[in-house]
Amino acid sequence: MTATRNSWITGGIAAMLAAVVAAGCGRADSSGVSQTVRGEEVAVLTDAPNVPPAITRKYPTKVVVNLEVLEVVKRLADGVDYTFWTFGGSVPGKFIRVREGDEVVFNLNNHPSSRMPHNIDLHAVNGPGGGAAASLTAPGHSSRFSFKALNPGLYVYHCATAPVGMHIANGMYGLILVEPAGGLPPVDREYYVMQGEFYTAGRYGEPGLQPFSMEKAIEEKPDYVVFNGSVGAIGGDNGLKASVGETVRIFMGNGGPSLVSSFHVIGEIFDRVLHEGGTGVVNRNVQTTLVPAGGATVVEFKVEVPGSLILVDHSIFRAFNKGALGTINVDGPENAVVYSGKQADEVYLPEGSAIQSMTDAAPVQAPAANRAERIARGQRVYASTCSACHQGEGQGVAAAFPPLASSDFLNADKPRAIAAVLFGLTGPVTVNGQQFNSVMPALGMSDDDVANALTYVYSQWQNAGHDVTPEEVAAIRRGGPPPTAAIAAH
Amino acid sequence: MHYPVRLPAIAAAMAGLLFLLPGPRPGLAREGEPGMIRVPAGSYAPLYRQPTAADDAAADAARESARRRVAAFDMDEYPVTNAQFLAFVHQHPEWRRSQAKRLFVDDNYLAHWKGDLELGPLAPPGSPVVNVSWFAARAYLRARGKDLPTVDQWEYVAAASETDRDASRDATFLGRLRAWYARSAPVPLPAVGSGAGTVYGVRDVHGLVWEWTLDFNSALVTGESRGDSALDRTLYCGSGAMGASDFENYPAFMRYAFRSSLEARYSIGSLGFRGVKNGGGTR
Repeated sequence: MTATRNSWITGGIAAMLAAVVAAGCGRADSSGVSQTVRGEEVAVLTDAPNVPPAITRKYPTKVVVNLEVLEVVKRLADGVDYTFWTFGGSVPGKFIRVREGDEVVFNLNNHPSSRMPHNIDLHAVNGPGGGAAASLTAPGHSSRFSFKALNPGLYVYHCATAPVGMHIANGMYGLILVEPAGGLPPVDREYYVMQGEFYTAGRYGEPGLQPFSMEKAIEEKPDYVVFNGSVGAIGGDNGLKASVGETVRIFMGNGGPSLVSSFHVIGEIFDRVLHEGGTGVVNRNVQTTLVPAGGATVVEFKVEVPGSLILVDHSIFRAFNKGALGTINVDGPENAVVYSGKQADEVYLPEGSAIQSMTDAAPVQAPAANRAERIARGQRVYASTCSACHQGEGQGVAAAFPPLASSDFLNADKPRAIAAVLFGLTGPVTVNGQQFNSVMPALGMSDDDVANALTYVYSQWQNAGHDVTPEEVAAIRRGGPPPTAAIAAH
Repeated sequence: MHYPVRLPAIAAAMAGLLFLLPGPRPGLAREGEPGMIRVPAGSYAPLYRQPTAADDAAADAARESARRRVAAFDMDEYPVTNAQFLAFVHQHPEWRRSQAKRLFVDDNYLAHWKGDLELGPLAPPGSPVVNVSWFAARAYLRARGKDLPTVDQWEYVAAASETDRDASRDATFLGRLRAWYARSAPVPLPAVGSGAGTVYGVRDVHGLVWEWTLDFNSALVTGESRGDSALDRTLYCGSGAMGASDFENYPAFMRYAFRSSLEARYSIGSLGFRGVKNGGGTR
């Protein structure tokens, strides 16, 4: 799996041409090389996220696939276990890789410890049931059937024993790649990712061995939507790996049983997508691609910069709350031209001195007649305008919004307080010994409202009890905003 | 609830004595044969039936008429145990593991026993005997004047919970069965009596092992020959739901699917049996 970018590109062109030829000639071998079946080999099967090596044969052969069905208790999430029914011991099932034209002899072996009979429906098969009818296998038994891989593409396989939804919901799905006769373009890395959802009796994260919930399954409301069989299977330290400059191909399947995946990699654009896993439509420059339940896709991209790329189902609550997350950890040198990282973090003040116009201001009324009325009106202004940040009892929010209760900053300087309400307050301040570095916008309130609000605040919470009049506010407004440095210097 | 598992060293005399015992817990048996329970006549709704008319009233009537009537019969209170089957092979050498004709058993026949006449740690005497073929099970039962239950008889009993003769629409009951079916069988199997009971007194119908039925391989006979040929015997994928009467009875689907996977010579580690007699057949 080492190839240069150049060979990948030329390979891509070759594959496109091959696809065109194939489209023109029906099921003719797309490479023009031998179609005579020669020899015999045993298929290499791999567990996700690994993919068997690319097929280099220039001719079809007889491929023997030995796949074992195992019912196993494994981790679904931290502290949560589930009885998975598996093709090969884990979810998703083993990746099978054959070549267009191969004659596949399929041995399905159901482990003696299984409770259930199982079978397999490979979407790569032309024939009733996709093999299901020929492969129903009792525990401790083995079934054999054969098929010819006529159609190249990436296909889902799954168990199809009644009740089929339950067999799939318990993890019985995987992918089989029928590689086009000419092969796929070489890439640096190939990975196998498959989405599936789990319907547990307990809610997400509820610990213990969780039984299957038929009710949730029928309603199609899973508590888990995961990549590769469990929460975190390809997350964090278990993430997929790549290096800057490498090309990555993901064979992405969706076992369902019910949900359609909006497959997306945060921080990457798919250079090429083999639409729905077929070979006829190659889409380019794709952000998110649909993967139907019981369907697959192939995405290819070159990783340009180091960091973590996040695989998600962009039906995003599934990623955030149900486990549909994976990572590709990319190492290598930064490339600031492609992506700079954060270059600045500055306070944002919209044009026009950042005044928020309080359009829903109360209708104009006569100024308050006395201090008691100012306090009463000020309480309403405070509740509607100030308390969102400074909180109902003036206690503020640690590290974000300074307190107004017993506030040394407030009590020390009445004109400064008036100016802060009129013009806003930006930059570091120290209040009651705590540093704050935040932005208070200019609030666009009338002189009356400012006077009332401040009189109320000064009258509360062990503050100094200053009286603030509309005339004082008007005077400071006429004086204009103080230089920012004057406040920051405090 | 536990059958005494400290069986002394296997001796023919002891085995012969066991053979005479009516069953592990004869106390609950009533009316019928020793070790057997008399199951009264009744009816049950089979999972697969003839298609019904589209409108609800007609469908209800058809559903009622589709219920299969089952005459009264005697059924073993418990599945047959390893100790009981050991006694049988003592008396019938042709059914010992090394002697049984491969036409009638597969290579897993009694595979969990230590030897022809020795149970060993994987086959506690009081646990249900498994890894027996349909032929072997019938030979055992016929030697005792019994036979395997029909699918109708077995499903009729299996529809009963501890409290209700027809729990086939009891979500709690079905949920318990699903949970059991989804778990792998423990090794070794626990003793008979550890599974679920039924209102009839027949025990371990669920929760311990699958059980052979006489006509296991006729799961999809609906009585309508064209319908039969259209249905797929192997119950795969969506076709498994065609013609079903109750799409939410997953345990029943699993039982029918399991039976569909069997052949008469198969011997499976989670498949045992029990006997019936004095049945009047079904209609």
